[in-house]
Amino acid sequence: MTDLGKTGAAVGEPTAGRPSDSFLDVRDLVIHFPTDDGVVKSVDGLSFRLEKGQTLGIVGESGSGKSVTSLGIMGLHTVGQYGRQKARISGEIWLDGKELLSADPQSVRKLRGREMSMIFQDPLSALHPYFTIGKQIVEAYRIHHDVDKKTARKRAIEMLDRVGIPQPNQRVDSYPHEFSGGMRQRAMIAMSLVNNPELLIADEPTTALDVTVQAQILDLIRDLQKEFGSAVIIITHDLGVVAELADQILVMYGGRCVERGPAEEVFYEPQHPYTWGLLGSMPRIDRDRTERLLPVKGSPPSLINIPDGCAFHPRCPYADVPKGNVTRTERPELLEVGSAHYSACHLSKDDRERIWNEEIKPKL
Amino acid sequence: MLTYLIRRLFAAAVMLVAIVLVVFSIFFLIPKWTGVDPATMYVGKASDAAALEGIRQKLGLDEPILVQLFEFFKGIFVGRDYSSAGDTIKCQAPCFGYSFKTEQAIWPVLTDRFPVTFALAIGAAVIWLIIGLGAGILSALKRGTIWDRFSMTGALAGVSLPIYFTGLISLAVFSYQLGWVNNEFTPLEENVADWFSGMILPWVTLAFLFGAMYARLTRATMLEVMGEDYIRTARAKGVQESVVIRKHAMRSTMTPIITLLGVDLGMLMGNAILTETTFSLPGLGQAVLKAIGERDLPLILGVTLITATAVVVANLVVDILYSVIDPRVRLA
Repeated sequence: MTDLGKTGAAVGEPTAGRPSDSFLDVRDLVIHFPTDDGVVKSVDGLSFRLEKGQTLGIVGESGSGKSVTSLGIMGLHTVGQYGRQKARISGEIWLDGKELLSADPQSVRKLRGREMSMIFQDPLSALHPYFTIGKQIVEAYRIHHDVDKKTARKRAIEMLDRVGIPQPNQRVDSYPHEFSGGMRQRAMIAMSLVNNPELLIADEPTTALDVTVQAQILDLIRDLQKEFGSAVIIITHDLGVVAELADQILVMYGGRCVERGPAEEVFYEPQHPYTWGLLGSMPRIDRDRTERLLPVKGSPPSLINIPDGCAFHPRCPYADVPKGNVTRTERPELLEVGSAHYSACHLSKDDRERIWNEEIKPKL
Repeated sequence: MLTYLIRRLFAAAVMLVAIVLVVFSIFFLIPKWTGVDPATMYVGKASDAAALEGIRQKLGLDEPILVQLFEFFKGIFVGRDYSSAGDTIKCQAPCFGYSFKTEQAIWPVLTDRFPVTFALAIGAAVIWLIIGLGAGILSALKRGTIWDRFSMTGALAGVSLPIYFTGLISLAVFSYQLGWVNNEFTPLEENVADWFSGMILPWVTLAFLFGAMYARLTRATMLEVMGEDYIRTARAKGVQESVVIRKHAMRSTMTPIITLLGVDLGMLMGNAILTETTFSLPGLGQAVLKAIGERDLPLILGVTLITATAVVVANLVVDILYSVIDPRVRLA
């Protein structure tokens, strides 16, 4: 095994209970929601590590467990649980040497917004419509800093300026509905960064925005990350977004990690049929428009009835390539397939290389 | 903000004039169309033709409808004389008509009875807001627990039990049996303590009914608001859960409640008939009940107008409050 500190331990490594030397270390995270119809296994044994200054891109379709994972790290499944179903959570989440799942809720609350903060998908619904942008940023700052309103307001204006909002002195008193979509997301980012968090989780930060604004927001996140040196988790279904930002990529399917590795490797040498599918369904401007996209057929699995064996097998064109019934009966382990590159697939190395080189790569 | 206010005030005035037109038409046109002589409604059954003719002249019922309408509006501002054959009845401004059944001008009746109804509605509203909001929030935050079931069962009882039932039971128990409170109305200016003692049961009875509706509305709204994205954002900022509820969730929960409150308060002016009858309160509701029984059209018209005015004013206040609470409304 090589370079475990940077890329995460292989499954089964006996680290449970021991503090981590990584900044963020998620170990065997399980988040289930019991419902009347059955247990929704949103996240089912997810592990990864992340260092300061690094960006992890979590990629997957809707319902693959991306957002549930991020809310789980923030500890947001266990507050105010009366409004939603109670979540069953197990595993370990180590942030800067502290284990969060076993910590008391008040101390986790104090970490929220200060050490870890979050940018949400739709800034219009994520900002309170009745309070000014300034008030909402001031609130975020004053929860964690014992300062008067004036100082906090100054800080809010400073942050609005930093994220590129023109005339921050006046805009600080605007309401969210008076901002454009891109400006709102900038304000949201300003609010997330007001306490210099060391971990920033961006949950589909550009999905609700115009394409032109998307690039600006991604640039902004990258610049701010360099400036603040935070660790960033960027959650998206858009591989283009992670290609811009991520150092590491984690591909999720049915609540589990199916492929994980350095961004370049996952992009140029993907080892899992699902990742191939994601790459194949990306529209590209440099391709002839007569060429069809290669979509992943079928729809994401129900998280109540995740298929036996490999969760991807009902949609996988190569499910019958490995001998026997193994893809339908055995869950593939996450194994190292390259330098710090892991994949959970029953295909043999030879088969994978052959399919990638002969069938997939030429069409991309 | 100012233009918004002016526009709203103007709309309210237009609305009131429209209501007068409609009500006036209903009361004075329809008898004409149906062939019933409105004058017969103002005198006893066995009346001779001369008496009817006198009434017609006095009320101007022989005039065209538009002239009658004009006379009515004029009366509001400058007063009006009802006269026939040397017999003149003066009705001073603001004259909202004259009841020949009770032989008195309408306006003093309204001003006499309005404060009772007003006090009933406001007092009850204070109680039902406290109970309703409290129970609703508790239910929402403790959804599915014994507290939720307890308060929602109470709310169901409140919605289902009619006022005359809860009112009579409470009168029987707290007034006649226990003697804790008065069972009759005392005017406020006579004795404040007695007034309060006489009002407390009507307040609580009315509040039980409305509080139940508000509890259910509060619970539903609160549950919806607690699932909003901005509540999650507040939590993600590290805001304490109690502050999330008090500051972030309550503010949004208030909007539909204020809307409903405005409508309810307006409606209660002149519509608290059951409560006022059950507790023998000399309010507008009781007056209108009597007027309906006696077919006292001018009084019905007067109470209808005051109720309509109350609804319009209450809605205006709600709209202004709404724009204070929700900044997005100011643009509209």
